[in-house]
Amino acid sequence: MENIFVIDPARCIGCQACVQACGECGTHRGTSMIHLEYIDRDVSVQTTPQICMHCENPTCAQVCPADAIKQNPDGVVQTALKPRCIGCSNCVLACPFGVPKYIAQADQMMKCDMCYDRTSVGKRPMCATVCPSEALFFGPAEVWERRRRGRLVNTWKFGRQTVKTGVYMVMPGNSALPESTVQMDVRLGAIGVVQRQEAKR
Amino acid sequence: MIAVVLLVLSIYFGSDRMKYFDPALIIYTSATVFATFGVVYRYAVWLQKPPTALYWRRGWQLFLQPGSLLKHIAELCRLFVQNFILQIFIERRSYLRWAAHFLLSWGCLLAAAVTFPLVFGWVHFDPAPNNPSMYVPVVMGIPMGRFPAYSLIGWTTFHLLDFSAIGIIIGMVLSFRRRMYDTDAQALQSFTMDFLPLILLFAVSITGLMLTVSSTFMHGDSYGFLALIHAFSVIVTLLYLPFGKFFHIFQRPANMGVHFYKAAGAVSDRALCARCGADYASSMHVEDLKQVLAELGMDYTFDDGTHYQDVCPTCRRKMMAVNQLQAIGGPGFL
Repeated sequence: MENIFVIDPARCIGCQACVQACGECGTHRGTSMIHLEYIDRDVSVQTTPQICMHCENPTCAQVCPADAIKQNPDGVVQTALKPRCIGCSNCVLACPFGVPKYIAQADQMMKCDMCYDRTSVGKRPMCATVCPSEALFFGPAEVWERRRRGRLVNTWKFGRQTVKTGVYMVMPGNSALPESTVQMDVRLGAIGVVQRQEAKR
Repeated sequence: MIAVVLLVLSIYFGSDRMKYFDPALIIYTSATVFATFGVVYRYAVWLQKPPTALYWRRGWQLFLQPGSLLKHIAELCRLFVQNFILQIFIERRSYLRWAAHFLLSWGCLLAAAVTFPLVFGWVHFDPAPNNPSMYVPVVMGIPMGRFPAYSLIGWTTFHLLDFSAIGIIIGMVLSFRRRMYDTDAQALQSFTMDFLPLILLFAVSITGLMLTVSSTFMHGDSYGFLALIHAFSVIVTLLYLPFGKFFHIFQRPANMGVHFYKAAGAVSDRALCARCGADYASSMHVEDLKQVLAELGMDYTFDDGTHYQDVCPTCRRKMMAVNQLQAIGGPGFL
């Protein structure tokens, strides 16, 4: 059975369990790679976890001047190779999902590598292991289909750029629908953001 | 090709028109010429990559700014000591890792500094004309002082390669230990990129030390055979140099260019996020990145002319949830 990785931000309860667990992953001990964001802290408690989406053609690797970001044959985009990474932060700025982190102390980029020490031997990544609400799900596609609703989407449009990812997000609709695309709309205000910006102007 | 021609010319003239070139070492020289070609060729290919080309150009532009050149040279010297000589940035990851890298890198550099000039005939030792027990090092045909052959200086000079071999072996043991027990290393390491270079360095070092053991303690027993396998291990290492992990020796100094790029960006115009207004990078970096993306054939522009690069990484993460909630029709889950 093939395992799939699914994120469902709407189910995130902001418990931070993923943040703590991520820091215990063997490949980046002590440094948590997952992001947990409040979408608009002033008016909502809604949070969202962000892991690496493991793009098929990773923008981060394309813009890396040092060839430091490699993709495994199974599609997992690895964190920067330490001997090569020159700490330029190109990947940090270019990633359409805002995933890579620049770690100033090491002068290196680090990012989620889907707990490769675990997933490469069939175990679940740390974040999905501890997530109590299945905002982060890692397991067989059949299990997800059996107990969850919605459709899985892994094709995104950022302006004119299409990005296909190894990780899925849940969107409303029938899971049996043919593959569809999420058109990312950056003008959307997260419940009040736009209004506040307009008030500032 | 220019680099290869320059190397061959420097060998020809540096060895006093081949007078001090040892023909027995021709195979080492050939491998070095090939490695030089490979390294320069790969470096040239690497520089053609759009992001590399842009940052290479921009890094030099910023470094050579007329008003700040002296300040930049001083800063470059500081970075050279900190990052290249002392390698402090590795010590921040772990002390043992730093020790391993320090011993391996300086062992290799010392060995290269001793071996290449001797192989190319740039350096040779002559007995002093009036006192044969004194040795005169001759560098590019110019005598450089003298020292007694049987003295601490003489002993140290003639055993520099042994010291570097011991350093490399200690560093290799520390690195091997990390690769055997560290889960981080285990998950990502590969034979050709991580183990092969250590095995090659071990082979070069141990066979080199065995040459000393043979000549010092065994009356030269098996010296010819040992010299052959030592030569073989060195040549394989030289041939591996442009293609494998060792290429980072030439690639990694680009980090110093990035330092100047970041320093210039910190005091120049700042990019403010089109969504939240936060300062998230230098305008120079964002605009350069847009150019790189266009050269790579990636189009993150929207129909209204705005660019996705104008949104900060934090807002990009939030947009995932915001777009999903918009599709669901408000808070709540499916």
